[in-house]
Amino acid sequence: MRIALFLTCFNDTMFPDTGRAVVRVLERLGHTVDFPREQTCCGQMHFNTGYRPEAVPLVERFTRTFAAYDAVVTPSASCAGMIRDSHPVLARDHGSAALQEGVAGLAPRVHEFTEFLTDVLGVTDVGARFPYRVAYHPTCHSLRGLRLGDRPLDLLRAVEGIDLVGLPAADACCGFGGTFAVKNAGTSGAMLADKAQGVLDSGAEVLCAADNSCLMHIGGGLSRRDSAVRTLHLAEILAHGEGVPR
Amino acid sequence: MNGPTDRGVVWLGSPSFPEAARSALEDGRLRANLKRATSTIRGKRQAVADELDDWEALRDAAAAIKRRTARHLDRYLVRLEESVTAAGGTVHWATDAADANRVVTELVRATGEREVVKIKSMATQEIGLNEHLARAGITAYETDLAELIVQLGDDRPSHILVPAIHRNRTEIRDLFAAEMGRWGRPAPEGLTDDPADLAEAARRHLRQKFLAAKVAVSGANFAVADTGTVVVVESEGNGRMCLTLPQTLITVMGIEKVVPTFGDLEVFLQLLPRSSTGERMNPYTSAWTGTTDGDGPRAFHLVLLDNGRTDTLADTVGRQALACIRCSACLNVCPVFERTGGHAYGSVYPGPIGAVLTPQLVGVENAASLPFASTLCGACYDACPVKIDIPEVLAHLRAEAVEARRAAQRLPTAEAAAMRAAAAVLDSPRLFGAVQRAAGAAGRAVARRGRIGRLPGPLRGWSAARDTPAPPAESFRRWWRENRENGGHGQSGQSGQSGESGESGESGENTNERKEGER
Ligand code: SF4
Repeated sequence: MRIALFLTCFNDTMFPDTGRAVVRVLERLGHTVDFPREQTCCGQMHFNTGYRPEAVPLVERFTRTFAAYDAVVTPSASCAGMIRDSHPVLARDHGSAALQEGVAGLAPRVHEFTEFLTDVLGVTDVGARFPYRVAYHPTCHSLRGLRLGDRPLDLLRAVEGIDLVGLPAADACCGFGGTFAVKNAGTSGAMLADKAQGVLDSGAEVLCAADNSCLMHIGGGLSRRDSAVRTLHLAEILAHGEGVPR
Repeated sequence: MNGPTDRGVVWLGSPSFPEAARSALEDGRLRANLKRATSTIRGKRQAVADELDDWEALRDAAAAIKRRTARHLDRYLVRLEESVTAAGGTVHWATDAADANRVVTELVRATGEREVVKIKSMATQEIGLNEHLARAGITAYETDLAELIVQLGDDRPSHILVPAIHRNRTEIRDLFAAEMGRWGRPAPEGLTDDPADLAEAARRHLRQKFLAAKVAVSGANFAVADTGTVVVVESEGNGRMCLTLPQTLITVMGIEKVVPTFGDLEVFLQLLPRSSTGERMNPYTSAWTGTTDGDGPRAFHLVLLDNGRTDTLADTVGRQALACIRCSACLNVCPVFERTGGHAYGSVYPGPIGAVLTPQLVGVENAASLPFASTLCGACYDACPVKIDIPEVLAHLRAEAVEARRAAQRLPTAEAAAMRAAAAVLDSPRLFGAVQRAAGAAGRAVARRGRIGRLPGPLRGWSAARDTPAPPAESFRRWWRENRENGGHGQSGQSGQSGESGESGESGENTNERKEGER
């Protein structure tokens, strides 16, 4: 199986550790991962902010770059959702027939990371060890967009030494919403305050999720409160293993 | 192009959503009230929805009925007119707010009356009927308890189902004591803020109105094309008084409320109460068909209101918003509504459904901030009993708002310029790599202990509530090249040949350039 990593422009720039973690987990499971460097961005920011024509070249680039792979794995629920649900819309409304075909062919091969592990590779125990108190935040795009359900939790439960704690009001949106946090900063901040309080109330040392963007937002709120709670993409927890240095 | 005043969706054109939300965000008590009210109703709704094992099938059925009706709306409306007329009623067609207000005013005038009682009708709020009637010398009395509170306070509704959700008991007591006398029977001396006391004061005040009224104005939840039956569901029974006691009944109804057959009601009468009040059944369901000798009103008028609805119907993505049965479930699960309350939406339709319906009714350019008043979290879609994909419509309307601005302005806005620049950068791995390095250097320059704090300019709002991590020194793509492609690890290093050959940009990013950019 030819597996490509689509890291997303945001993770590539801000959270390279998450990319390294995905590679490490997949290699530990015996797979070879490729990172085609023609990749950049799925176009989510443009699409969600209303700049659809600007997103089309990014869809074309994405489709071209990953066409040859059997599977495309991405550690971002919101970007996976963008590719699966919104690339077809853009291709239909603004693209060529060839793009529509390319998008339709590629979309089923694009997988969010936890989904890829559980549904395609059929693993829940990836041999990780992480002896810390961890809370999982189901981001809106993993919960209601991709319907990841318990997949991330199943993977986390199999981690050796982990102490998984519940997050109060876990399914409530953290208030990030991409450009929402800039356009409606006040409302976003009010939602963040409640989410950050929930994290503090959970007693967790580490908060994890399947989307670094939400984690950056929540982590930023925690940091502003001088909290010691760390935020970590769940791939980085799954990459933690005996004798594997970070 | 019609403006909001032509369409008459009242008080739009007020501040944009972020601005209008500010006062609510600063009002801690309002936020606490909203949170308590919405989380209570949320819990009740979930419990009664979970009771039905065919809940999802009901939602599918409702969505299908609404879709089919929308596709053949013209046919069902004509059928409705025939049925209502045959049953002794009169149908009036109103293209916009001005039209509808004129029709209703003339109908009231023809009775010689100067007062009407009203039961909760969002359509008449949408068109500003009360204000219009007042200018014609006719007083409209709201008889729904929450509407009464809004009217006495010279206020605006802030919720579809609980228009006075923003008021607490003490405020309501003060309002009753100060204002009831001006509108009719005053509140009793020494009124307390006990809910039973308040309800009794309202009951006595309203009873006087019900017994005197000769004309009533109502809304409608549904109208059945086949039989001409109009349906109103409510909790207090005040609606039933309005629908049965007066001699003339005028119902103002958006054209999207029609359903094909009486049997279709079965689906909606299960979904609506469970979704809106968390009850298994509405306490009062009133259905009437034209007029009946010796029973109820002697004259019945049905005003069918368009006011932007046929334009909405023409939009194949946006038209699903017309399926809304005004249950308010989407408001109660919306984390944005919970923080801002309904007034921030600047229209009679607040919350997620307001954010998609209002811009469509008045033209997206007149309510351009509303489609952005959401994180696209999707809670509204999951809660909606008729399965309106509100996030899909929001994203669709965002694109329309951006296009409308592009068309209206010759120079691009700062946002448009930034989006275009970002698109250009992201369409080139070479430029993207360069920007990554520049951003990393700049970010680390302003960061303290790896964190970026408060920033000026467009990021002021973002940075007011949260720190941002400084971008790391090495992007993933740099790490990959140095560790996997340049012999560092080599395990999966075939990627240099894997991309298509067309992009020459990558090759321009040589080692020297990298070193300079980085160190
Ligand atoms: S959009 Fe759906 S959930 Fe919201 S009020 Fe309408 S029917 Fe209810």
